[in-house]
Amino acid sequence: MPRNGLFIEYEYCTGCHACEVACKQEHNFSDGMCGIRVDELVTAGPDKVHVDFIPITTRFCDLCAERTAKGEQPACVKHCQAICMAYGPVTELVKAMEDKPRSLIFAPK
Amino acid sequence: MAKGNEKIVNSTMWSAGCGSHGGCGCEIYVQDGKVVRVEGDKNHPFNMGRLCPKGLAIPQYMYHPDRVTHPLKRVGERGEGKWQRITWDEALDTIEKKFKDIREKHGAESVIFCQGTGRDIGGPITFLMYAYGSPNWVQVGLAGHACYTPRLGAMFATQGHYSVLDASQFLEKRYDSPEWTPPKYIILWAQNPAAGCFDGFYGHWIVDCMKRGSKLIVIDPCHNWFTSRAEVHLQNRPGTDGAIALGMLNVIINEGIYDKEFVDKWCYGFDELKERVQEYPPEKVEKITWVPKELLIQAARLYAGNKPSAIQWGEPVDAMPAGTVVAQAINQLWAITGNIDNPGGNVIARNSHGVTTYPFSSAELTKLYGEDLVKKLNEKRIGANDYPMIKNFRGWVQPDVLIEQMETGKPYEVKAAWIQTSNIIGGQAADPRRHYNAMKKLDFVVVVDLFQNPTSMALADIFLPATTFCEKESFRSWWQPLGVTVKAVDGVDESRSDWEINLEMAKRLATNPIKYNTVRELIDDRLKDGNTNFEKLKAKGCWEYPPEGHFTRPYYRYEKGLLRGDGQPGFDTPTGKVELYSTRYEEWGLDPLPYYEEPKESPAATPELYKKYPLILTTGRRSPVFFHSEHRMIPWLRELDPDPKFEINDKTAEELGVSNGEWAYIENQRGKVKMKAKITPTAHPKVITAPHGWWLPETEGKEPNLFSTWEYNINNLTSMGNQGKSGFGGTDYRSSLCRITKIKD
Ligand code: SF4
Ligand code: SF4
Ligand code: SF4
Repeated sequence: MPRNGLFIEYEYCTGCHACEVACKQEHNFSDGMCGIRVDELVTAGPDKVHVDFIPITTRFCDLCAERTAKGEQPACVKHCQAICMAYGPVTELVKAMEDKPRSLIFAPK
Repeated sequence: MAKGNEKIVNSTMWSAGCGSHGGCGCEIYVQDGKVVRVEGDKNHPFNMGRLCPKGLAIPQYMYHPDRVTHPLKRVGERGEGKWQRITWDEALDTIEKKFKDIREKHGAESVIFCQGTGRDIGGPITFLMYAYGSPNWVQVGLAGHACYTPRLGAMFATQGHYSVLDASQFLEKRYDSPEWTPPKYIILWAQNPAAGCFDGFYGHWIVDCMKRGSKLIVIDPCHNWFTSRAEVHLQNRPGTDGAIALGMLNVIINEGIYDKEFVDKWCYGFDELKERVQEYPPEKVEKITWVPKELLIQAARLYAGNKPSAIQWGEPVDAMPAGTVVAQAINQLWAITGNIDNPGGNVIARNSHGVTTYPFSSAELTKLYGEDLVKKLNEKRIGANDYPMIKNFRGWVQPDVLIEQMETGKPYEVKAAWIQTSNIIGGQAADPRRHYNAMKKLDFVVVVDLFQNPTSMALADIFLPATTFCEKESFRSWWQPLGVTVKAVDGVDESRSDWEINLEMAKRLATNPIKYNTVRELIDDRLKDGNTNFEKLKAKGCWEYPPEGHFTRPYYRYEKGLLRGDGQPGFDTPTGKVELYSTRYEEWGLDPLPYYEEPKESPAATPELYKKYPLILTTGRRSPVFFHSEHRMIPWLRELDPDPKFEINDKTAEELGVSNGEWAYIENQRGKVKMKAKITPTAHPKVITAPHGWWLPETEGKEPNLFSTWEYNINNLTSMGNQGKSGFGGTDYRSSLCRITKIKD
């Protein structure tokens, strides 16, 4: 079985938090539990301040096993407002990374 | 994805619940009569499967333990927080009797009908109000009516219709539509679109356009995600947007880089505008705005030199006394560059299929209710006689004049209020204490809402429980597409939809019989203009675009004679052209040409005050997880933005000895509130930004605490009564002065 993961092109992640609430709703998580968290990354360059957002999966992410078993997209991927997330075999995601410089891959257990 | 035996209901979101200016298509998953999940509808062209956090938190909102789901009556003093559950019959009987008494003794105009922001509520509320006979439809507290209406008024005067950035939203195939092309440059003017669906525009469409090649010019006092990705960032002093627009017009006109053909053929008053903008050379604009003139010139050249380009603008444009003037100048930018109703420009936006969900404009009001009634209503409508633009553009009351009238009782007394899904004191009111004092004097107040909030707690005599969109039928034609909201489950406990409540109330109060037996009959009657009905739309997946060639479908309608009542080519203005010199403004006693007006309080306008309060305060910073003053009680959302935070530049904070995460006071001559410091280099060293609408539902609701609204609501630092000359546009939500002080103890 190929190993699956999440690909996030964080260049386009606006920090809108939809992925987090989608995950909570899907799993009915309470009390701060969530499969993903989005952090703000502010870096001041010589002439410009940059704001980026970095989504990180947590140990509660199960890659939406129930949904993906039925061929559905994970809840976060479906609802990502910037359409900057994808789900698939890690080997495929690595290929996608070739042309998308500011991106991340997570392959939680 | 349906799990187990879940049933899926497709619907349109435009109601209490997610907040929604939007119109996202959704799938509501229902099990055993309960909503278990709300997901985006992939087939809906508006959001294409996506939803924002507020939409995704609906189940927690609907089944929240604090949601009010039975009618209540106040049993203690106002504000004591003593409520008793009553039946719908008792609630409606009480209101009917009171409202009839008041109408008999004081006239229908002495009851005001108050709503919050523009979602489907305007339909039910105006329907009830006109049935009762009152002309006083109002967003109480919204000083200068400073939310979209000033921009709409300026566009109405200038070009006869409204325009929005073209992100292909008017075409069902969206980004694949062959006739669409992305804007080459997008000017993001005073807005963070990622935080929501402002003015019916799904914010992430901007990101979609960026992926398709659109470049950005951003006008914002702070750095943010969009400025990081912009080719040009004009980091202006808050409140100086008018000078930026005039400076850009100056560059574009004097360098001759405007669209000469369009201006010759379709614009009126170019020479007068040309003369006026000579007063705003880039050097002068730099002094006013803090924006280096090189950047201003660069932005103007990029925008004018790359067609099509488009402007997306935010509420700060309205939130200055000269709001209708600033908006006029920005409108002129897309007019003289010919970026109007063209693919990838500022496309003309009309209610889908010509269907009126509620009477936004005086023209629609007349269409729905007839000229005689409108004339009669105008005689008593508060503010209509003070301001020709208020009288002639829309059916609204002027909100500042209302409060003054409530204080003086002149020319007549206001006796009662029907407040529907609007948290006046804890939300939009500028100077909320003054609003609180004025409204406390009312004889009778009905609140229709889903949760208790500072306003209902302080004022309500009767509380009627409303529903979310999942529990109601409604319809939407705000731009496009035409859609229906489909009821997925019955109202939780005894709650009822706004439409049901208001139709029932209207039947009891109407002076002429109401022709509708059911809400469905009413909706179908309104949908007739679109040659369709509720069931037909529902069967289509709950949305539909108008057919090819329809006057509510782009592009270039001014060439085709699709904009004017007489069917002639041109624009729906007195001269038939885009009026750079506005004859409507002139008729309304306003300057027909744009000019710059300094904010009322600023380093330039009030240097003495500035010594005492050396930082500029701009409020209303949007959170992506809240809609205005809503959602603070929803755990999934609150967890992501737990405290009210002001943003302060790292160097400024260091000078003041304020550390990150520290609670501090933001203070000016009008008051002080507490917020947590977020220290960030994204903030301008001279500017403090603060979010609005904060109250803490977890704290004591009864007086004097009122859910801590006096402690955390930034509007306690704002003022009312300084609306612009047109009556629209106003106050200091977006630019006043303040200082930050440490909390000692
Ligand atoms: S894949 Fe599923 S479980 Fe993992 S973060 Fe996304 S929504 Fe949560
Ligand atoms: S939903 Fe998408 S854009 Fe929004 S925070 Fe998550 S990854 Fe970023
Ligand atoms: S984007 Fe707007 S309409 Fe869509 S879910 Fe969010 S608030 Fe509701």
